[in-house]
Amino acid sequence: MFEDFFKVVKKRFNDGSDEDERETFKCPRCQSSVLLERYEELHRVCPNCNYHGRLSASERIAITVDRDSFKELDAEMVSGNPIGFPLYAEKQQELREKTGLKDSVVTGTATIKGSPAVIGIMDSHYMMASMGSVAGEKITRAFEYATENSLPVIMFTASGGARMQEGIVSLMQMAKTAGAVKLHSDNGGLYITVMTDPTTGGVTASFASLGDIIIAEPKVLIGFAGRRVIESTIKQKLPDDFQLAEFQHEKGFVDMIVERRKMRSTLSHLLKLHGYYPQEKEV
Amino acid sequence: MDNKKSAWERIQLVHTKGRPTINDYIPLIFTDFYEMHGDRLYGDDKAIMGGIARLNGMPVTIIAQVKGRDIKENKTCNFAMPHPEGYRKALRLARQAEKFHRPIICFIDTPGAFCGISAEERGQGEAIAKNIAEFMTLHTPIISIILGEAGSGGALALGVCDELAMLENSQYSVLSPRGFASILWKDASREQEASEIMRITAEDMVSLGVAETIIEEPLGGAHNDLDKISENIKEYLSLKIPEKCKKDIDVLLKERYTKFRKIGEFTE
Ligand SMILES: [Zn+2]
Repeated sequence: MFEDFFKVVKKRFNDGSDEDERETFKCPRCQSSVLLERYEELHRVCPNCNYHGRLSASERIAITVDRDSFKELDAEMVSGNPIGFPLYAEKQQELREKTGLKDSVVTGTATIKGSPAVIGIMDSHYMMASMGSVAGEKITRAFEYATENSLPVIMFTASGGARMQEGIVSLMQMAKTAGAVKLHSDNGGLYITVMTDPTTGGVTASFASLGDIIIAEPKVLIGFAGRRVIESTIKQKLPDDFQLAEFQHEKGFVDMIVERRKMRSTLSHLLKLHGYYPQEKEV
Repeated sequence: MDNKKSAWERIQLVHTKGRPTINDYIPLIFTDFYEMHGDRLYGDDKAIMGGIARLNGMPVTIIAQVKGRDIKENKTCNFAMPHPEGYRKALRLARQAEKFHRPIICFIDTPGAFCGISAEERGQGEAIAKNIAEFMTLHTPIISIILGEAGSGGALALGVCDELAMLENSQYSVLSPRGFASILWKDASREQEASEIMRITAEDMVSLGVAETIIEEPLGGAHNDLDKISENIKEYLSLKIPEKCKKDIDVLLKERYTKFRKIGEFTE
């Protein structure tokens, strides 16, 4: 009887508590539930396992560059429908309204502790940051702009891969972007890749893997082929740490793993080490 | 030329037993072929072969994806699905071609780069990315020809070129129609429908600016007349290689960059 009473009280307590109504975030790496509020306070880093979760492009800009220094390039560009894929235009329109983005990549110029750079951020909230005509063109133009103005480039990569709805045209964006990186590199420009969650497919197999310096955030997914594709090809289950940043670091495809809270100062130091000093007074 | 076949019919056709592979073509198009092996880093990938030969007496570098003609050959060449060391061998031979002023001829015939643990561990993404970037500025003419299927980044790693030609029934796609249907519609069985929507035929590639030339196949497909299809490929190369070699290299490189630079559809 006493037990029954306790149950009721407990139930009431739970019903009346804010605790259960507060949203939680389930970490894809350690599976623990974290209060969303806490997770956001930590700039979307899991307090349990240090997985660095997905930021929006505007969140990334806010924690990376000097206040008010970001000037967007090609802000109005929107995709056509090169293979006439059914409902592609409608889906994009819907996503534009939902996310406030025009496509999966935001590019622009900014300063980081005074050092100038061209910055690109892929936002996984827009069609898993897949690369189609707009992403390809904006990234290519960002590198071309940097080449013309002798500026370094920092790309925060994230992508599920090619934008399949654009067919072969999406594949060609790999050649376009990688070609622009090559010309920037031949001109002596510094290119830093920051791989964020998840960097996969055609983006890994083009400009993302071509950085002079490749940084990754902890525990993020980096690879060419998707996990499920590999599992179905080899008919066995992959270990949990397969294709994580630490795996790629171990295999020699990532120079360093940098925590989010240290990213801005790391990028600032690397820019200065390559001679990109503040041009005017430091902001 | 045949009445236009559907994309689906062409997929069946390039998977017909007896469809010629690079090993059938080399003796009929080139002379003095010497195969080279290995990437000098890890190993020798049999899914990509390369070497030096003569085309009408002129030294050229050949880089090709290798399909098997039977199950035994396919086991050796991994069904033409290269590992990173295959792409790195291709780059090594391409740089040699540049050094010795030989034009490069790439033959593409792959369902895609291999998807597996070892390929990931050795940097499949990096290997493909590096080839794409480096081929863009190689100071020597590059012609690529798609023989059968050309799937995804694994094909593009041999596809950055001054001109892309496709055999009439070959296809080029961002992923297999089966993969496309399974990802976009969660239903792999709709692969035929996907193949018609995706625009993967040689005519599609020409109209999208991806390919420049279609090489005619004998009636019913390349397997019906190996001599004739080899002759058509040789005729094409005999025309194009001297044409590209005559071009000022800076002009050639600028045109190569522009060929890819202009692909994409957007408004602003
Ligand atoms: Zn966690």
